[in-house]
This record gives sequence, C-alpha cells and structure tokens, in this order.
Amino acid sequence: MAALLQHPGYEEERLQRVAEQLPCREVQAGILLSLMGQLPHATVSCVECVSVALLFEQVLLSFFGCDAASLLPRSASLSDFVRIYRQQCSQSPAKQTRYIVMEKAELLRDTDANLLPALLRLQELVEDNVTIILLSEIVWDKFRPNTGCFEPLLLHFPDYSKGELHTILSQDRHPSYSDEFYSSYINILLGVFYSVCRDLRELRHLAALNFSKFCEPLEEGKVKETDTHKLWRNIEPHLKKAMQTVYLREVSSVQWEQMQQTEEKENGALRGLSAHTHVELPYYSKFLLIAAYLASYNPARTDKRFFLKHHGKIRKTNFLKKNEKTSNHLLGPKPFPLDRLLAIFYSVVDSRVAPTASIFSQISSLVTLQLLTQVSHDDQLDAPKYKCAVSMDFICAISRTVNFEIVKYLYDFL
Amino acid sequence: RDTTWPYQCFGCFVFKPSAKKKKTLSLADHFIHGCEGAENSEKRFKLCQDLWDQIKTDTEVLQDELNRNILDSLLDFTRKCSSTRQHSDWASQMRASEIPTAALVLGVNVPDHDMTFQSLSDLLQQSVTPYVASVQAKECGALKHLIKRVLERLMGTVVTVDDEEEEEAEQTSAQHHKSVHCSLSTLCDWYNTKTKKSNTGTPGKKRSSPVRDGPQQPPVVIIFKDLEAFNPRVLQDFILICSRYIERLPLMFIFGIATSPSTIQHLLPHSVSSLLCIELFQSLSCTQHLATVIDKLILTKQFPFKLNGKVMQVLISIFLYHDFSVRKFIKGIQLALLEHFHSQPLSVLCCKKKEALLNVMQLDHLDLERIRHLLSFKRYVEKQEPREQVDLLTDDTHLKEVCQKLIKDLHKYHKNYYPILRCLHTLTSSLPRYPLGKQIRELHLICLEKNVWESEDYQSAMKLLKMLAKDELIALLQRCAEILQPAKSKKIKSALVQLEDMLTKFKQLDSNITSPLKHLQKKTDLAQLQKTLLEMNESRRAKKLSPFEVLRNEALEFIDSLVKSHLSPPESQVLNEVCYYTSSATVRRHLNATPRTSIQAALNSPFYYLQNDRLKTEDGTVSNAAPDICIAYATVVSAAEGNDPDSDNFGKVDEVKHARFIRAVSELEFLGFIKSTKQKTDHVARLTWGGC
Repeated sequence: MAALLQHPGYEEERLQRVAEQLPCREVQAGILLSLMGQLPHATVSCVECVSVALLFEQVLLSFFGCDAASLLPRSASLSDFVRIYRQQCSQSPAKQTRYIVMEKAELLRDTDANLLPALLRLQELVEDNVTIILLSEIVWDKFRPNTGCFEPLLLHFPDYSKGELHTILSQDRHPSYSDEFYSSYINILLGVFYSVCRDLRELRHLAALNFSKFCEPLEEGKVKETDTHKLWRNIEPHLKKAMQTVYLREVSSVQWEQMQQTEEKENGALRGLSAHTHVELPYYSKFLLIAAYLASYNPARTDKRFFLKHHGKIRKTNFLKKNEKTSNHLLGPKPFPLDRLLAIFYSVVDSRVAPTASIFSQISSLVTLQLLTQVSHDDQLDAPKYKCAVSMDFICAISRTVNFEIVKYLYDFL
Repeated sequence: RDTTWPYQCFGCFVFKPSAKKKKTLSLADHFIHGCEGAENSEKRFKLCQDLWDQIKTDTEVLQDELNRNILDSLLDFTRKCSSTRQHSDWASQMRASEIPTAALVLGVNVPDHDMTFQSLSDLLQQSVTPYVASVQAKECGALKHLIKRVLERLMGTVVTVDDEEEEEAEQTSAQHHKSVHCSLSTLCDWYNTKTKKSNTGTPGKKRSSPVRDGPQQPPVVIIFKDLEAFNPRVLQDFILICSRYIERLPLMFIFGIATSPSTIQHLLPHSVSSLLCIELFQSLSCTQHLATVIDKLILTKQFPFKLNGKVMQVLISIFLYHDFSVRKFIKGIQLALLEHFHSQPLSVLCCKKKEALLNVMQLDHLDLERIRHLLSFKRYVEKQEPREQVDLLTDDTHLKEVCQKLIKDLHKYHKNYYPILRCLHTLTSSLPRYPLGKQIRELHLICLEKNVWESEDYQSAMKLLKMLAKDELIALLQRCAEILQPAKSKKIKSALVQLEDMLTKFKQLDSNITSPLKHLQKKTDLAQLQKTLLEMNESRRAKKLSPFEVLRNEALEFIDSLVKSHLSPPESQVLNEVCYYTSSATVRRHLNATPRTSIQAALNSPFYYLQNDRLKTEDGTVSNAAPDICIAYATVVSAAEGNDPDSDNFGKVDEVKHARFIRAVSELEFLGFIKSTKQKTDHVARLTWGGC
C-alpha cells in the first residue's frame, strides 16, 4: 500500500511516517501527493476567522512571516491583501507552488460574496504560483457561487469502511495489553456501534470509555485474554447501555466512568440530561404559556367556541375547513398576535388579573427563555407576533400543576 | 397631595446606602422634603437607613450561605477537571479532547442570578484560577463579539475587531493600550507566557501568588450567564473553535441555565455537544430561597419594622404569580420601609426597645396628638376608666408614661409571637391536607389577618392532632420544646417548663398501656385514620379515657391556650401603627404598575393631570373643553360594539375640526386603543388589550 505514496521530493522514511499517521487513506494521499509535490502551505480554519482580515493575516503570516502580516491595514479588504501579497511575492518569489488549505470551507459562503470567487482565481490576481485547497463536508454544488468562477478539482474522501475503522481504532492500543486483545475489543465495539455511528472521533471516545469495563474479568482473573466469547458476554449489555446514555451525551464521560465504578448498586440512579425537562414557572407565566400554546395550535376562528360562555352548540364538523383536516399538531405552531394571546390569557386564568407591566414583561421573559419565539421583527412594537415553542408533553405537565385541562381546549382533540 | 392617582409625580427616593457622604446628605434632603411630620424626619431617616443597611447585609450573608453548597461543588468540579488534565494515564489521555462543562441550573428568576455568578467568579478567582471571564448573551450578538469579550475580560486589554462602527472608539483607546487581535490563538499565546512567568516564579507578579499552591496550569473558566438567550450559531462556532485549542489551553465552561438542562440539546447539535463533558449542578429552588428569606427577615423580632397581612400578601403574590424573584421581594420590603418612615411620623418609635423608650420621651405635643388619633389607641382609651380616659387625652406627660408601657408591651408581643407561630407551624405542617398551610408564611398570613383560633381550619387541625399516634405527638412536642428553648421572655420560659413537664409525663406513661392507636401504622391515609378513630370512639364512648388520652388532651389544650394568648393579630395591639406598614395599595402600585390603567385614567379624567379644575364635570362625562384625544377616547369607549366611532362626525364637516379629529384618532391608535381595519375607508376597530 505504501507504494502508492511515492514522490521524488520526499525521503522514503518520511512518507512512511505519514502513511502511518493516515491509515486507510493511502489512495487519496497518493493522489494529492502526485498532484502537488512538496508544499509550502498555510492552513486556515474558517470557523476561527471571525473576519476576513484575520484570514488574510494568517495566510500572509505563514507565507512571508509576521512583517508581511503587519503591513495589512486595519479592516483589510481583499484588494489590500492582493496588493501586499504581490508586493511580498515579488521580493521572495515562489520556488514551488504555495498552498492555502481552508478547513470548514463551507463557512466561506457566509462571508462577502466576492471572497470565494476571488480565492478561486487567486493565482491570476496575485500572479503567483498559489493554489487553494478547500476542505468541506458539503458537496461543491451547494456552494458554487453564481458569479463566474473557476471550478475546483474535486477529490472525494469516501467514508471509512468497517474494516478500515477497525484498523485505525486498533492503533490506540492500551500500552499494558496486547495488540490482539485490543483488536478483539474494537471488533466487539464496532459490532455494537457501527450501525449507529461511523464517526471516527466518537468511536474512539467510546472505545476509551468502555475499555476498563472490558478488562474487568481479566483483572479479576476470571477469564483469559483469548476467551473472546466470555469477554463479549460481559461487555455487550454494557455497551448497549452506553449507546443509550453516553453516546447521546445524556451522561457525561466522567459520570459514565463514575457509574462504572459504583456499579449496579444504584442502577439507573443517574438521570440523563433530557430527563430534566421540568421547569418551575410563576403562576401567570404558566397561564401565559398555556394561552400561547392554545393560540398557536387552535385556528383563530374557533376561539369563540372555546372562550365565550354562550357560544351555542358548534360541532367540530360545522367549522371544519377543507385544509384543516390535517392535525394542527402535525403542522407545528402558528404565529399569533399579542392581542389574541392576552385575550385567551384573560379568559383561561381563573381570577381577575390587572393588565400590569409585569404581565407584559413575563411575555418577554418567556421569549428569552425560548419557551416562546418572537416571529415579528424586534422593531415592531405595535402588534408583535409570537409562536409557542414548547411541546405537547411540556404544556400538559404545566397545565396539570395549575389544574387546567388543556386537552378540552384544543381543537385537534375535540 | 393626592395619592389615589397612579403615576402622578411623587418625589423619587433613590436610596443608596453605599453612597458617599456628600450624596447621603442630599438623599436625606430628598427624604425630608415633602415628608409627613418634618420635625423628626432626620431622625427617622437615620433609623430607616440603619435598618436597611442591616437588612441588606443580612440578606447578602443569607444568599452566600444558601449558595454555599452548589458553589462548593462547582469549585470541586473545576479543581478536579484541571487535575485530571494533568494525569497522563491512557484513559485520561484519550479523553483530553473534551471541554469540561458545568451545567448550572438556576431557575427562571434570572434577575437573582447576578449575585450567584458574582460570588461564583469571586470564589473561583480566590481559590482555583485567576482566569475567569463571564459573558452575557446581549453583549455577544456575533461570534467576534463573544471572542472579544472573553479576551478582554481574561487579558484585561483592548481587543480589535475589524468593525467600522467601533473604529472611532478604538482609535482613542489605542493610544493608551496596545490592542491585540481578536482570535483565540492570541489568548493561547498570552496564557503560555503568563503561566511560564508564574511557574518560574517571577518576583513582583501579583497574579502568581494566590495560585502558587494550585495546579501548575490553572484552568481558563468561561461563564455563560444566560445560555438560553445565546444565539445557537454563535455558541456552536465558539465551542468548535475552543475545542481546536483545548490541547494547548485548559478551557472550561460554566453554563447558566434558567429552564432545564435539556436546552443544551436544543441549542447544540450532537457534533458540538460531543465536544463537551457536561456535568449537572442544580441550585436551590427559588421558593426554598424565599422561605429562608422570610424566615430570617420577616419572622423575627430582630427587625422592629413589620409588614401587615395585606402588604405581605402583595409581596408574596408578586413573587409567586409574576417573577419568582427574591431580589424583587427584598426590594419590595425596602420600598415599604422607606414609605413607612417617610409617611408615618410616629415611625420614630419603630426601633430597638431602648431607643424607642427614649424617643417616646422626646415626642412633642403634635406627635402625641397623632398618637391620640391612632385607631388602636382610641380603642385602648375606650376600655379605660373615665378618669384615666381624660388623663390620656389631656395630660401629655401621663400619655408619655403610658406610651412607654405600651411600647414595651408591643415588643413583648413580638417576642412571644414568633416562637409560638413556629410551634404551631411545626405541629400542623405535616398534617394531611395541610389545614393551616404547608409553608410557615401561609400560617403567618392567617395570623396577621384574624384570630387564628376562630377559623375552621384551626379547629380541624386540632382534631387531626388528636388523632396522632403517641410517638408522633411526642416527636412534634419535642421539636416545639426545641423551638422555645432559646427564647428569653418570661412567658415563653414558663411555657417551656410546662411543656417539658408534659413530655416527661408522656415518656413515663407505662408502656404496657396499649392504646389501640399504637397499632395504627405510622403513615395511614386520612380517610382510613378517621374511620378507625370513629369506630374506636363509638366503642369506647362510655369508657374512661386512657392516661395517654388524658395527657394528650392536656397537652393540646395547653398549645391552644398558648395560641390564644400570643397569636392574636397585630391590629389588636395598641400602637401597632408605629411598626406595621399597611398601605398595600402603594406597594402594589409601585411594584406592579398598570400603565394602561394610568393612561385610561388620564383620558377619562384629564383634570388631574392637567391640574385644571375647569375640565371637571359633575356627572363624570368628559367636558367639551377637554383635549381632543380625551373626547375621542370617550367616543370609542361609549361606541357600542360594531358601531362606527366616526358616527358623531355628522353632516357638515368643518375642516379644522376634521383635522383635529383625525389627529386624535391617530393618537389613540398610537396608544394602542384602536387600530385601523380594511373593512371600509377610515374604519377603525377597538382594541381590547393594548400592547403598552
């Protein structure tokens, strides 16, 4: 395999080392190597570049040193960058191709519209032997700018296969155990997790977390290293449990390790993050949230039916419109104006409530807590619109605490 | 001065005890200005300020105590995280790429969190790491602002963000500071030089001294005060960047969460949350917090200033119904305190007993007249002999003497009230269905309002107490005895002796007397208990009471007598007006304002606001001299539903009138009383609930 990696510019030994660091990517690395040769390069992470100036600075820094980078004016523009680049590269012309590697390149789409096309034609702009490499998890089609630009060469990195993952993961062997033993552990791990997770980083994390448990029978002297079946029997239920908890980050890795130590005595004593959904709210906030839920999921026409005392007998079929046959709950919350929210609020809350300033401030508190979402723009003071952002379960739990039977007031459940 | 109208301009009493001397003087002037009974206003101001200072320090101490548990565990967490980082065993190496994160669930009373975060970051800086930065969502709209804030707070320098709008500010500040670039690599370099310096122990570096014994690489803690309010994109990107540096920079996050921990999963996708190692910390609920504050501030004789039942009710319902904010509750007490000392001239007697007795002697004739007009005093006079009555109403020196005695009585009343209240609460708070409330504040409210022993709930509580098993009853009485232990008043001391007597008798009861009650299981439900007891009653009606039952009845009668003699409502006490603040309407108006009602009041009765009596009308209708908007408003209100408010705009239209009308209508629309519809030209609809 290592034969794929050959280049006259590099020593055999160095290539060998790289090949070890990049298992299972020999083919892609070989292609890249044959395309590029030896590399003076700049690596830039696009998440980190909060402004384009930062990006320019990093590139100049790694090609020409900090003197060049300091030439950039504040709030540098693309043309500043090009100017300084040209100036610098005339002083130290490229002997070989220079490369700019951009990680998370999809974020370039959110910057100035001219940046991506300009980078793609940077060679022409700066008249230097320079190449851009964009690394992204998104296909090129999704970020092709609509102004004319050069099409880059696409190189696809396929997902690792199960075998490849096994090879890679087996490299993190624990120093005090044998290769075969660790490799059989990885085999079992992949057997459980491969169907749900292909993320190498995640698998590596899971492997590290559960290894001590795997070794337990060995430490106690119950099993020999070679007795894979017994080892499997021991670890399998444990891994399944891990899939429901640590893998989903319901429980942190530290807590998971503590659980392994304290062990089955208080099994399931630790509740995951999503188990904590209960929220304590002031009394009127609860009713405001209930009113918001009703306003979001009931058609406005039906308010009369629910909230007027003498609405007469209106059956559901009477005011069923054609497009409303589908459940409102399937369609998600609909926006409603403040007035409607308050009208429903005053009719569901059991006592007389003065329209005080704190009622209004509770509405905005609910928005900051993300239990309501403001749909209209912040600037619209006049008749703001909101959506209710809580689930049916959540609102039912809230209603129960104030003895309000919400289901009776929901059009969908009539 | 009319107080029935909200939002009329009162003097505004900004009250800052920490202010400098010169400022306090002007505060005192503010207080004295427009104050009832100006003669002793300076003394009252002093009293008020001292009291508030005491309340303030006490609450701060309380807050710290309440938070101690959770803060301690957070500190442990940070210490543990930074120490495991430095381990080099296989497992911790494999896990080193996660950012340790504490999810701190604080509850929805967001205004109260500031203090918690302040003491958290203080404690962290004192004992774990000098590198702590707190950020709030509103200052971090974009990623670069978040990074900028973090860098600024950690490094204490000005950070450049390439932003046109900030340019000017930066240019001025650039002259003083050397500004740095806004990226985490800057922070990383800075951290490395800092820690290197402190490791070599450069003399004269202040920072290195507090952490000399601590870990070699103190963590960098970033506190996100209000996680929910952060823009998810900003947060995600920030975490992504941080995780790129985690190997070089020992970062650590603390998330302040108001709702529930599951928000983390709503905000962060799996790819991001997998970079964190989250541990959960749950703080005390705000209702428990309030209970402690009430216990330490309200239910104590330590503070002479008291709230009556209605004011308490207003404050508690604002808390429970509106905001859950303990801070606002204390602000409410502060407001009541100020109002009391400002509006009640006799509040000069609202202080410690010794001082109050002195102050009685210094009362002038006017003040004594005020005392004679107090309702509680009038009632007291009526009960006296005719000659005494005359003396009280005419002889100032005699009145002063009597007042001293009355003040003493009032203090005695408080000395006895609180221990007995606690006893009654202990006895009744675990009864099924909580006839006298689950929380002591509920019982306190009942006792403030009326004679508690006359209420039905009290009767049923007493009945339930009679059904308790022997050991349960003994345990409760034991706890009562513990409550009475520290009390110093004579009456309470003798009560304690009696109670302890009974307890020994209970314990001496021959164990071979088998009461059928003993067979009952400790925890039975109410219905079953009642049924069994009824049966027992039936069967033993004719029989003699067992010694236990005799003793039990005796004990409960004793408790009943204590309640009757000490838990009468404060209104029954003479001179209670001195200590009790009663104006619940004022408190409500200030703390729970109704802007719309005020606007409506202004529109209905413009003469109050314009101070023009000519606009007053007999029948409450709007005079035609009133501003156009008032007339238009009256039209809107009187217009029946569906009626066009335009209708009074009859026939021949004067152009000026028409213009004025249109203006009034648009003003009303601006205030949110009407809105234009598209039904027909110039048609407007009345709004029920305005957005103001």
